[in-house]
Amino acid sequence: MEFFFEVLIGGLLAGVMYSLVAIGFVLIYKASGVFNFAQGAMVLFAALTFVSLLERGVPFWAAFAVTLALMVALALLIERAVLRPLVNRSPITLFMATLGLSYVIEGAAQALWGAQVHGLELGISDEPLELGGLLLSQFDLFAAATAAVLVIALSLLFNRTRIGLALRAVADDPLAAQAVGVRLQRVWAVVWAVAGFVGLVAGLLWGARLGVQFSLSLVVLKALPVLIIGGFTSVSGAIVGGLLVGASEKLAEVYLGPWIGGGLENWFPYVLALLFLLVRPAGLFGERAIERV
Amino acid sequence: MLYREAGQFSVRYADDRRFFRLRQGRLGLAALLTFAFLGVPLLGNDYWFSAILIPFLVLSLAGLGLNLLTGYAGQLSLGSAAFMAVGAFATYNFELRLPGLPLLASIVLGGLSAALVAVLFGLPSLRIKGFYLIVSTLAAQFFVQWALTRFGWFSNYNSSGVITAPPLQVAGLDFSSPAGRYLLTLGVVSALFWLGANLARSELGRNWMAVRDMDTAAAVIGIPLLKTKLLAFAISGFFLGVAGALWAFTYLGTVEPHGFDLSRSFQILFIIIIGGLGSILGNFLGAAFIVLFPLLLSNLATLLPAGFIDAGQLENLQKMVFGVLIILFLIKEPEGLARLWQRFRERARLWPLRY
Amino acid sequence: MFKRTFAGVALALAATAFIPVQAANEQYFPLQSYRVGPYAAGGTGFFGGFIDYLKYVNANGGVNGVKLTWSECETEYVVEKGVECYERLKKGLNGAPAAATNPLSVGIAYATLDRSTADKLPLITINHGRTDSTDGSVFPYVFPLQLNPYSEVSAIVNWIGEQSGGAAQLKGKKIVTLYHGSPYGKETNEVLQVLADKYGFELTLIEVPHPGNEQQSQWLNIRRLKPDWVILRGWGVMNPVALKTAQKVGFPANRIIGNIWSNSEEDAAPAGAAAKGFISITTHPSGTGFPVLQGIKAQVVDKGEGDLADPKRFGTVYYNLGVVNGILNVEALRIAQEKFGQQPLTGEQVRWGFENLRLDDARLEALGAKGLVQPLQLSCADHEGGGAVRFQHWDGEKWNLISDWVQADRALLRPIIEASARKYAEEKGITPRDCSKEG
Repeated sequence: MEFFFEVLIGGLLAGVMYSLVAIGFVLIYKASGVFNFAQGAMVLFAALTFVSLLERGVPFWAAFAVTLALMVALALLIERAVLRPLVNRSPITLFMATLGLSYVIEGAAQALWGAQVHGLELGISDEPLELGGLLLSQFDLFAAATAAVLVIALSLLFNRTRIGLALRAVADDPLAAQAVGVRLQRVWAVVWAVAGFVGLVAGLLWGARLGVQFSLSLVVLKALPVLIIGGFTSVSGAIVGGLLVGASEKLAEVYLGPWIGGGLENWFPYVLALLFLLVRPAGLFGERAIERV
Repeated sequence: MLYREAGQFSVRYADDRRFFRLRQGRLGLAALLTFAFLGVPLLGNDYWFSAILIPFLVLSLAGLGLNLLTGYAGQLSLGSAAFMAVGAFATYNFELRLPGLPLLASIVLGGLSAALVAVLFGLPSLRIKGFYLIVSTLAAQFFVQWALTRFGWFSNYNSSGVITAPPLQVAGLDFSSPAGRYLLTLGVVSALFWLGANLARSELGRNWMAVRDMDTAAAVIGIPLLKTKLLAFAISGFFLGVAGALWAFTYLGTVEPHGFDLSRSFQILFIIIIGGLGSILGNFLGAAFIVLFPLLLSNLATLLPAGFIDAGQLENLQKMVFGVLIILFLIKEPEGLARLWQRFRERARLWPLRY
Repeated sequence: MFKRTFAGVALALAATAFIPVQAANEQYFPLQSYRVGPYAAGGTGFFGGFIDYLKYVNANGGVNGVKLTWSECETEYVVEKGVECYERLKKGLNGAPAAATNPLSVGIAYATLDRSTADKLPLITINHGRTDSTDGSVFPYVFPLQLNPYSEVSAIVNWIGEQSGGAAQLKGKKIVTLYHGSPYGKETNEVLQVLADKYGFELTLIEVPHPGNEQQSQWLNIRRLKPDWVILRGWGVMNPVALKTAQKVGFPANRIIGNIWSNSEEDAAPAGAAAKGFISITTHPSGTGFPVLQGIKAQVVDKGEGDLADPKRFGTVYYNLGVVNGILNVEALRIAQEKFGQQPLTGEQVRWGFENLRLDDARLEALGAKGLVQPLQLSCADHEGGGAVRFQHWDGEKWNLISDWVQADRALLRPIIEASARKYAEEKGITPRDCSKEG
C-alpha cells in the first residue's frame, strides 16, 4: 500500500510538470485559437538560452531577464510573421504552421547554442524526503509550488488587469472584441509573450530535471493528452489533466506493466485521452463547440 | 499552343470522364512512364536508384496515402508512420509464415493489415474532430511502435527487433539489384497511383471532399459519415502500409520499429503540405522536394571550401529552412507546388501567344 | 522561383556526380557523422577524435606515405540519411578509394550491412552493432571491433562477481537491467538470462521507453526490488535522467553500472551531483595523458586544427573512442599495406587488414596507446578480437579508472553467436566461408 501511494504521489508530482507545459498551450489557444505545437520548441529554446548564458558567466537573474526578453521578442516576431498573415484560416492550417514554427525554433536554438547536453542546477537539492514512511522528491515539491504560484499569477493577470479583460473578451468573441476597440494583435503578442514566460519556467524546471538538451522539446508530446483531458481552454483543466495523466501513467507502468509489458508510458496517456474524448469530446473543462450549418 | 484543347472533341461521355482529357496529357504521361520504366534503368546508377529514386517513389506513395485522408477527406493524421510500420512488419510476417506466398501478395496483405489497424484508430473520428483527432492518430503512432518492439513475435524473435528483407522475387525474376528494386517500386507505385487518382474522382472521393469541407453539412445531404470516414482511414492505411513495406524491403532492406517514428509522420505531412493538399501530382512534387532539398544543401556545402560551414550547422539550417518553407507555403500557396504546375499549364495553353 | 530551385537541385546533383577522377596517393574515409539531433553529443566527440587522429597521422607523413583524406555527410543518426550518405560516399573521393565505413549507429549499421558486403567495403561497428557479426565466416565485411554487446554484459557480470568475492557469490544476488526500449537496448536481454541461469543471480529486466526522459515509475520499481546492482543500458538523454531519478528515489549511484554507451562525460555530467559515484565500463578510458593524445594535442589541436568546437572536450570518453577507432582503422590499413603494397587500397584489401589486425602490448606501446586500447587479435572467425573492458568511476568531475582489463567469458558466448549467425546465413542464403582456408 505504501508503495502504491509512493507511485501515486510521484505520478501526481510528475503530472504537475506536464501541466506546466500544458498551461502555455492553453493560454495561446484561448486567445488566438491556435494549437501551438511549437510550445515544446519554445521550452527548449528558453532553457537552452538560459543555460548557455549561465555557462558564459552571466549571473542567474540577468540570464533570466535576457532570456525572458528574447522570448518576448520571439513572441512578437511570431505574431508578426506567422499569425497575422494566417488570420482567418482554418485551425488545422494554423496547427501545421506551428509545426513548421517548431522546426524553425529547434533549428535556431541548436544553431545558436550547439547541441551538447547541459546540466542545470537551480540550487534545489533532490535528496529524497521521507515523510511518514513515504518517499517524496523535494524537487518535485518545489516544481509543484512553482506551478501553483504560476497559476495564481496567471489568474490574477486574467481577472484583475485590463489586458486580462481584453484577453477574455478576445477569447470569447474576437470580432466583438475588435468592434469594441480591443487591439487583437496586441493581445496576441501579449499572450504569446506570457506563453514564452511559462515556457521559460517550464524549461528551467524540466531542464533541471532532465538536463538541457534536444529531447526537452519532446515534452510537448506529454502535454498533448493533458490538454485533451483538461480541455483546451481551461488553465485549471490543464492542472487537473496533468495530475490525472501523471498519476495514471505511473500507476499503469507499475501495475499494468508486468502484465502487458513495460514501457507503456509513451502511449498510455493517449489511450486515456482517447477514452476521455469518447465520453466528453471537449475535455473535462473545455467549452462545448456548437456547430451551425 | 502546347496545351491547346482546340480540335479535340468529346464524342462520348467516356471521353469527358477521362483522367487526361487532352491528347497532350496522355502522350506526356505515356512518354514519362516509358522513360521511367525503360530509360531510367539504363541511364541511372546505384546512387540514383538507392538514394534518390526509390525513396522518392516510396515517399510519394506514402504522401498519396496521407493525402487521401487529410487532403481529400479532411481528417488530420499524425500516425502515418505507424501504418507504414504495420504494413512493413505484416508483410514480413506473411512472407515468413506463409512460405510460397508471392511477394506481391504479401505486400497487398500487409497493406490490408495496415488498413485494418487504421480503421481501428479511425473509429474515434466519428465522435471527435479537427485536431482532437490527432490524439487518436498519435495514440496509433505510439502504440504500434511500442507493440512492435515489445512483442518479439513480430520480428521473428530477432534479438534486436530488426527485420530484414526477404529475397525480392516476383514471378521467378530476381529484383534484388538496385535497378531491379527501382523497377519493382516503380511498378507498385504506378499501379497504386492509378488506383488512388481514380478513387479521388469517384463518388467516394466526392463524398470525402464534402466531409472535409463540412461534415455536418455532408451528413445533412445524406452522405453516410461512418462509412465515408472509415473508408478514408482504411484506404489511406492501405496505401501507407504498402509504402511501409516498400520502404522496408525495396529501399532500406531492413527496418526497426524505431524507423517509423513520429518524425517520419511529420515528414509525410510536410510532403503533402508542400506538394499540395488534395492533389495527386502534389505528392510527387512534395516527395521530390523532401528528398532532394537536403541533398542539394549538403552537396552545395561540399562545394564550399572545407570548414566554411559546419556539417551540424548545415542540418540546423536545413531544419529552419524547412520550417520557414512550411509556413511560407501555408501563407502564400496553400495549394502547394501542385498549384505551380497548374499555372504552368495555363501558360502553356497560350504560349507563345499572349492570349 | 521554384522551377529555378529545381533546376538548381538538378545542376548541383549533376555536378557532384561528375567530379573528375584524378589518381592520387590518398586513402579515403567516408564519414557518416552526426553533429545535430538528439545524439549529437556522441557524434561530435567520436568524429572529432577520429578526424583529429587522421590529421595526426597525416602530420606524421600518412600511412607509409599514403595520405588520409575524408569527407563528412551528416546523418543526424537517422537511418535513411545514413544510407544516402553511404551510397554517396562509398565510391571514394577524387579517386581516393574508400577504406571502411564507421557509422557509429546501430540502425545505420544494420541498413548498410548487406550493402557493405555487396560493395566489398568493410563496415566497422566499434563496440556496438550486430552481435552475431562477430562470426566473420558469415559476415566477412562487418567488424564489431573490441567489444560486442554480449561480451559487454558478460564482462560486467564477471566484474560484479569479482567484487562480490568470486563468481560463486553471484548466486542469489539481485541484478536489475534498465534498458533503452529499442533494438539496441534489447540486444542483450537474452544473453543476460543465460548468464543469470548459469550463475544463479536473480535478473529483472525493466524497459525505459524511448527517449527515456521520464523514469519515475521504473525507479520506484527498482527501489522496491532493492537490487544489489543496476546495469544501465542507456543511450543519450536516458542516462543522466536515470542517475537523477535514482537519486530522487534514494538509490545509490555507486551501485549503478553504466554500459558502453552510458559511460561518457555527457552521460554523467548533466546529472550533476546525482552522478557522483556512478560506475561504468569503458574500452577507451578518458584522459589526455596517453602519448598519442599528447601527440594529437601538439601536432593538431595546439595548431588550431582540432575538430572539436569545444576544446574542453579533448580527451573525453567519446573523443577518445574516436581516437581509438582511428588507431584501429589506420592499423588495419598499415597491415593490409604490408601485404598489398604501400598504396591506396580497395575495401576488399582493407578488409584483409582488419581480419589480420593484431595489436600486442609492444605495438600499443609504440603507438602511444597502451592502456587506451586493449590488446586485440582478429581472425577470419573472430571479428571482435578483444572482449575486455575497464571499469571507471565518476567523481563528480571526471572519470577515474578503477580496474584493469576485465575479460568477458567469450567461450561461453561463442556458441550463441555462432547459432545466431547460422540462422542469419540460412535466412539470407549465405554459404559461410571456411575459415581454415583463409590466409
